[in-house]
Amino acid sequence: MMMLPEIGHYALILAMMFALALAVLPMVGYLQRNAILLVTAKPLTYLMATLTCTSFVILAIAFAQDDFSILYVSQHSNSLLPIWYKISAVWGGHEGSLLLWITILCIWAATLAYKSDSLPNSTGPVVLSVLGIVATGFLAFILFTSSPFIRLLPDTPADGVDLNPLLQDIGLIVHPPMLYMGYVGFSVAFAFAIAALITGNLNASWARWARPWTNVSWAFLTLGIALGSWWAYYELGWGGWWFWDPVENASLMPWLAGTALIHSLAVAEKRGVFKSWTVLLAIFTFSLSLLGTFLVRSGVLTSVHAFAADPTRGVFILALLVLIIGSSLLLYALRASQVKSQVSFGLTGRESWLLINNILLTILTLTVLLGTLYPLIFDALNLGKISVGAPYFNAVFSPIALLLIVFMGIAPLSKWHNTKGALLWRASALPAVLAVSLSAFVFTFHSFDWYMWLSFAIALWLFFMCVRDWLDKVLSKRQSIWTRARKLPRHYYGMQLAHLGVAVSLVGVIFVSLNSTEAVVRMAPGERVMVGDYEFEFLGTRHVEGPNYTADTAVINVYQDGQSVAQMLPQKRLYQARRQMMTEAALNPGFTRDLYISLGEPLDNGAWGVRIYIKSFVRWIWLGGILMMAGGLLAAWDKRYRRKTGA
Amino acid sequence: MHPVRKKRIVTISVILVVLATAIGLVMYALSQNINLFYSPTQVEAGEAPQGVTLRAGGMVVENSVERASDSLNVAFRVTDYKHSLRIEYKGILPDLFREGQGIVAQGKLDERGVLIASEVLAKHDEEYMPPEVSAALEQSKAQ
Repeated sequence: MMMLPEIGHYALILAMMFALALAVLPMVGYLQRNAILLVTAKPLTYLMATLTCTSFVILAIAFAQDDFSILYVSQHSNSLLPIWYKISAVWGGHEGSLLLWITILCIWAATLAYKSDSLPNSTGPVVLSVLGIVATGFLAFILFTSSPFIRLLPDTPADGVDLNPLLQDIGLIVHPPMLYMGYVGFSVAFAFAIAALITGNLNASWARWARPWTNVSWAFLTLGIALGSWWAYYELGWGGWWFWDPVENASLMPWLAGTALIHSLAVAEKRGVFKSWTVLLAIFTFSLSLLGTFLVRSGVLTSVHAFAADPTRGVFILALLVLIIGSSLLLYALRASQVKSQVSFGLTGRESWLLINNILLTILTLTVLLGTLYPLIFDALNLGKISVGAPYFNAVFSPIALLLIVFMGIAPLSKWHNTKGALLWRASALPAVLAVSLSAFVFTFHSFDWYMWLSFAIALWLFFMCVRDWLDKVLSKRQSIWTRARKLPRHYYGMQLAHLGVAVSLVGVIFVSLNSTEAVVRMAPGERVMVGDYEFEFLGTRHVEGPNYTADTAVINVYQDGQSVAQMLPQKRLYQARRQMMTEAALNPGFTRDLYISLGEPLDNGAWGVRIYIKSFVRWIWLGGILMMAGGLLAAWDKRYRRKTGA
Repeated sequence: MHPVRKKRIVTISVILVVLATAIGLVMYALSQNINLFYSPTQVEAGEAPQGVTLRAGGMVVENSVERASDSLNVAFRVTDYKHSLRIEYKGILPDLFREGQGIVAQGKLDERGVLIASEVLAKHDEEYMPPEVSAALEQSKAQ
């Protein structure tokens, strides 16, 4: 099958044709009230999706079969690479990850087409058509600037350059698809918002349709970010779990905006207020996803001038970004003035609490945006090269986030429209006292730090308020707890789970920075060192051959109170194809602490520089992420979204 | 004034005040936490301030790496081929640190004009050159 890559390329061209048709035909059909053109939306979506997926599968086959006549394959794979890394190498570089991006967009669009029967006649096709516009742009971007199917003929290299060793890891097999599922999934909420603007049908129904889609995308994005953080933790060898790196920020910004969107969609659906704001937020959320794609894919992060030196890709995607965001905002400016909210609400109503949620989340998004773009602006204006340090983000982000979490405890107790102030006071007094005193009690065992103490109190407060709210709803004289607990809707449990996830993550964040121990030591064979409560004994190193690397493995025995805890085997690998050194940390995970060892450099006489960490509660950070994801999914599976809207 | 309008004005002014405070604090935090990059030539010329966290980098000079035998202290020089700068660091250097490789270090200059680094960054890619370093090299070549 020598022709396979050409077929893949051809499929991609056809996919773009269908995407273009999808972008135009149903839209014209809507404007001219032509039912036949409207009906084309679904089959066009399926065709576009099938062809894009075909092209993706063909690229994966080319990787699996070591077809180094394809430039992209030869640059990101190697015949010695284990098969699962060959498959994940499909998205290990620029071209392939864009293909993954567009493939996932097509999967979302096809799922939406499949479910679109419950939507009113004209809405479904218009929504699909908006997705078609986005797909056309990205397919054109791939075909014109970043085709993964370019051949190296007749000078086919004998072997590939290899996948960057950092990416040869289970975390990086799963992380990009999950992240993109989230990123790109926000395009559905975006498409609903744009369709609502086009049709002028801005009542609460679009919010109802968009909610489950937004929840699911958000859940994927949460998982994707958590996976990325986990990967960085064990693979980069520094033991940190978040670096405020621009690439990380690029995924955090849509997450923050998406979190705001989930909450404002709830208000828009239930109460019919914040309607135009919610439309704007849906546009912003997807725009931030696009911005993230632009930042990571255009090369501006390396240098804005490097971007100017090789302009095709950067300029193309920047133009795409400006076009999509600009025209959406223009449409918004023209149409949003028609939206009127007649409903008023009191200062203590749930609407107000969710307004606070939206304001704080927007501020958080903007602070991250500013910190991420500042070095680029500085560089573009030739003011010099700067970097914005993590202290900026920590100083600005954490107090606002803590404030948000305080409100997170109260808001679910409030009622729509208006809540009696006395009721809120009565409900929150006990949890507040409990949280503050329990936190103070815990801190009698630690060196006191008022900010950490306060943060921990806030985490406990959120936990107690969640539990209190649940008890309030299930305790009754007439029925048993379980009867009532089962009657509570899934979206309620989804919310509770996600909020508890935030508390769990926060506890992890607090204790990992408060209670972790770190030692960077020089260890000779036979030497022992105490770190925290643990004793580490370095026995020496041995040579190991991997499938595509050679390594020195250090053997380190760990003892606690004279008892053996574990034998840990950190490695220093040399990947042959790229002659690249890699540190492979050894982990001994636990519910309340991780032991973490990474090797530094070999020194004289068989001694090594060794980095030893004891990380308290670090697993809780990602456990919280998993809870949040589960909460998002549970809320999306609520029964009321199953109802047909027409009925 | 109409009560609805009054309420709206109160809401808007509260939002504005909160936003203004937030922006003020953010800008202050930002101004405190940006780290400028200096090339060895700029450090030599006295452009870089002492005792302030900054970044500096260049190519690691061949045979300039000195390791202590009993600790993790290490010192080396980086150059932009015009001037060179001594960097001292305690800890484990990154995987890709080696002589002839472009690196960036973050730290403070002491009164001897030596950079006491708190962090040494070398990217995980053989061909990758830190953008600051390649810009510094081009500048020194142009002079």
